[in-house]
Amino acid sequence: MRILVVGGGMGGTILANNLARRLSGDVRAGKVRLTMLSASERHFYQPGLLYLAVGRMTPDELYRDQASLLEPGIDFHVDPVEEFHLDKNEVKTKSGKIHGYDIIAIATGSRPVAEEIPGLAENAEQFYTEESAVKMFKRLRAFEGGKVVIAVGVPHKCPMAPLEITFMLYDYFKDRGILDKVKLHYTYPIGRVHSLENVAKWAAPEMDRLGITYETLFNMKEVDGAKKIVRSEEGTETNFDLLITIPAHRGMEVIEKNGLGQRGFIPTHRHQLNMEGRDNVFVLGDTTNLPISKAGSTAHFEAETLGENIAARVKLGAPVRDYDGKVFCFIEAGKDRATYAMFDYQNPPQPKAPTRAVHWFKVAYNKLYWASARGLL
Amino acid sequence: MANRRVVDARGSFCPGPLMELIAAMKMAEVGEEIEILSTDKGSATDIPEWIHKVKHEHVGTEEKEGVWHVLVKKTH
Ligand SMILES: Cc1cc2nc3c(=O)[nH]c(=O)nc-3n(C[C@H](O)[C@H](O)[C@H](O)COP(=O)(O)OP(=O)(O)OC[C@H]3O[C@@H](n4cnc5c(N)ncnc54)[C@H](O)[C@@H]3O)c2cc1C
Repeated sequence: MRILVVGGGMGGTILANNLARRLSGDVRAGKVRLTMLSASERHFYQPGLLYLAVGRMTPDELYRDQASLLEPGIDFHVDPVEEFHLDKNEVKTKSGKIHGYDIIAIATGSRPVAEEIPGLAENAEQFYTEESAVKMFKRLRAFEGGKVVIAVGVPHKCPMAPLEITFMLYDYFKDRGILDKVKLHYTYPIGRVHSLENVAKWAAPEMDRLGITYETLFNMKEVDGAKKIVRSEEGTETNFDLLITIPAHRGMEVIEKNGLGQRGFIPTHRHQLNMEGRDNVFVLGDTTNLPISKAGSTAHFEAETLGENIAARVKLGAPVRDYDGKVFCFIEAGKDRATYAMFDYQNPPQPKAPTRAVHWFKVAYNKLYWASARGLL
Repeated sequence: MANRRVVDARGSFCPGPLMELIAAMKMAEVGEEIEILSTDKGSATDIPEWIHKVKHEHVGTEEKEGVWHVLVKKTH
């Protein structure tokens, strides 16, 4: 049995390690072959970017060698997939190698595409890549005051990031002693300040209390850099001195090019996590088209379900459980307080008031993540 | 009948049915219909409200066994 994991990010790594442990005997006996193909020799802890953008983490803290995170028994190659031949059960990589498989799991992630909104890439700061987060931090350092607008595209990974960056910017400017010269204006695509109703109920009064203004039903249409105005699909506009954006995302180009899913998101069964219409192709993490948060925790819970199911398929010929839509997200409410939201397909979250303890747990998790990727947590 | 795509947003608390629709609009062709399935009764009002604001067409809403089927058409 050949199992191929494509993608060495949160989902792919947790899945491969989970399978390596569950199937260690079969791997040692040569009955199962576990291969991982990724695009980078480094593992990137993306949640750290939020802190990098406000000078609370440095780039080196966001990376580890991918090989060091993998269980023995996983045959790891930095050789990205360029062609998926699902009918032939094989992929072709950048180096020209063909890898055949019996089961494939795809976890290639998602990426922001600011270029889709005219004027956005040139006139806004972003923090979803290392380079853009460092650039944003330098811009913040040089900022002496004015109107800061936060604008969000759909879909995007990390649903909490729009609120978190807003509250963290508030504290950043407060610490620099220039809060009285800064006006923070938050915008959001739907009719409340967050998609989770209970989170919105907490966040809107919090913004009122801090003097952060907001506009809902605001979907970016174009940015006029000369006039420093961002216009919405809804027909409104707002001016800015500093525009900070989380652009809409697409999945990876390789997914689109190979016709696996529109805009790079693969149609995925919500409980079994197989690609619709294919029973040996599994999908996890940001690249599914499931109507749940694109978050590391989602990828993690999906990986655990898939690890159990794929191992069960090897050992007893059938999957043993359903993915229930579980997601867990921390929510930073500033530089020293946080809360969290946990929910699944059936149960909405009931977030509590932010506390220092939850914030310190998140700070600890930023370090503990490496144990989590190894599957130890 | 016009092309129709179904967006299954049942059980979606985050990002939620309206966000799923906003994302699906980017994939749809002009003239295409999108049927959103939602278990949140708020979708019956917030989806038509947004559709009206962005000047697409709300074709209709129907509830069947606790699932709201909101049908919209991309017009531009
Ligand atoms: C600023 C920010 C803050 C965030 N905060 C949080 C948070 O607090 N909590 C949370 O749960 N989530 C958070 N996230 C989201 C989280 O990082 C992602 O949802 C998660 O990484 C998705 O995992 P994934 O495995 O789907 O993709 P990724 O982790 O992005 O991994 C994709 C992998 O695929 C590889 N790859 C790409 N193309 C190919 C190819 N052609 N062939 C082979 N391999 C390929 C890449 O090299 C990479 O290893 C945050 C994200 C950002 C940007």
